[in-house]
Amino acid sequence: MTSASSAPTSGAAASGAGREGDGVPGSGPGTPVLRLSEAGLAFGPRRLWSGLTLDVAAGEFIAVLGANGSGKTTLLRTILGLQSLTTGSVWINGAPARRGSTDIGYVQQQRRIDPLTPLRARDVVRQGLDGHRWGIGLGRGRREATRKVDAALRSVGALGYADAPVGLLSGGEQQQVRMAQALVADPSLLLCDEPLLSLDLNSQATITGLIDRRRRERGTAVLFVTHEINPVLPFVDRVLYLAGGTFRIGTVDEVMTSQTLSAMYGAPIEVIRAGGRILVAGAPDSGWHGHHSETDEAGG
Amino acid sequence: MNWNDVFNFSNYGELVVLVQNSLIAGAVLGIVGGLLSAFVMMRDLPFAVHGVSEMSFAGAAGALLIGLNVVIGSLAGAILAALLIGVLGSRARDRNSIIGVLMPFALGLGVLFLALYHGRSANKFGLLTGQIVAVDDPQLRWLIGTAIIVVIALLAIWRPLAFASTDPELAAARGVPVGLLSPAFMLLLGLGVAVAVQIIGALLVLSVICTPAAAAMRVTASPRLVPILSMVFGLVSVVGGILLALGGSLPISPYVTTISFVIYLVCRGIGARRNRHGWSSRHPAAMPSAETPASA
Repeated sequence: MTSASSAPTSGAAASGAGREGDGVPGSGPGTPVLRLSEAGLAFGPRRLWSGLTLDVAAGEFIAVLGANGSGKTTLLRTILGLQSLTTGSVWINGAPARRGSTDIGYVQQQRRIDPLTPLRARDVVRQGLDGHRWGIGLGRGRREATRKVDAALRSVGALGYADAPVGLLSGGEQQQVRMAQALVADPSLLLCDEPLLSLDLNSQATITGLIDRRRRERGTAVLFVTHEINPVLPFVDRVLYLAGGTFRIGTVDEVMTSQTLSAMYGAPIEVIRAGGRILVAGAPDSGWHGHHSETDEAGG
Repeated sequence: MNWNDVFNFSNYGELVVLVQNSLIAGAVLGIVGGLLSAFVMMRDLPFAVHGVSEMSFAGAAGALLIGLNVVIGSLAGAILAALLIGVLGSRARDRNSIIGVLMPFALGLGVLFLALYHGRSANKFGLLTGQIVAVDDPQLRWLIGTAIIVVIALLAIWRPLAFASTDPELAAARGVPVGLLSPAFMLLLGLGVAVAVQIIGALLVLSVICTPAAAAMRVTASPRLVPILSMVFGLVSVVGGILLALGGSLPISPYVTTISFVIYLVCRGIGARRNRHGWSSRHPAAMPSAETPASA
């Protein structure tokens, strides 16, 4: 858990993106929440990216963008310990990434939940706290667990429907519940995989607002995979853009330019800024045409 | 048709003593079936239940033919089926086609074994449609032993199994061994089915290992209440069915399946009413927009 005192102000990208992560990073106040060191991923002859070195500080909001099949979801899977890197290493709070780390909260895209699923909103959140433990969970600590679940539901504004069957909630409400589920164990790193997909604009604003508030108040670092940067544009500290077997890391102004994206894709890309929004024209399957699923992404 | 075949409660007290073993076995089945039902519904496995029960029937018929303990034959068939389905059918589509292929073959084997068997003919039909005075003491011990194993194992893997059944991807990310829990549950299901085949018969297992939870899920979404209600429904169906069957000369199955079905209909009715009038547990006064700071 990261102490609230280390929460930086907006835009304070305190970490050095170019710092080489050789050797074992120690654990301490300055330890990055997430460190990717010379990370590379390939499926057979197809190289998704390599030499990816990135330190993410507490409270930092990083948007991960890129073409379909550029390995965005796979990057999250390596951080979750579900998949091995081809080269390099992943560190979470100074320790190698491993499966089932409670330091990480994970929110996926909204999917239809069967209306008859025997879970209430509070039960979904509870799974994020101790769903992975053996037994039936009737022992000591039940009251404490209930308190944490209530607190998580309250923090996302979902306490009002805590006892409603989750399958009967709207898509936006279900995403709020998933947010509470991801945050209930008080992670220091929040991984979001297209959490805004198929949500209406109001619900999108609710979810992004929740994430921004969380990282400011609790110093939770955020890695936000999305094909559409505009909903998170006000919050993003840095962008990690994956495309064409390579990557770029930097501020929005550094990465989201016609020049940078054209170089990555090897094709003319036009980045237009209009009315506080960023429009990318010409990128192959960059999500320009609106919502589409990322489930076909390589290795995902 | 003579109504005395259906209901006839003269000499009832003496009869109940005679079927004491069946009543105990029925109660055990109600509890195990109710618990298993909850996961069968969550994991969308009703067809697998039916497939495993036909394999279990084939095993039991084979045991009958060569003079072995029928419960052991039934267990062997069910475990083999559970392993085959678990190994060959990890994806839903594969699973259904494999069950569809295995089931008629197993049923055919079972019919063959029964045709070759020249013992008491009541035994033959009993395996398919259930029987009252079938459970002797050694069999009862096997049934109870199996049931205890299933219940203890289910309780041990309860939370991760529920997590993996409702959100496998997230469960895997949280370190739940999703790939191991799937065959483990199939094995427990096989054991439970083998118990059910002895009492209610291979053709009607679903009324004990599916219907109870299907009914419970219509009236509650609480993951604690569903298995409890499901157990109660299973218990009432099996024990009630046996007690009613005593009064007639029919097999127990129609009584059990009818009670089970009526419970389902009632629950469905309650659920439909609830959906029309809204779930009272949802408080419209405390909607999210009122609580969430408009930080976006």
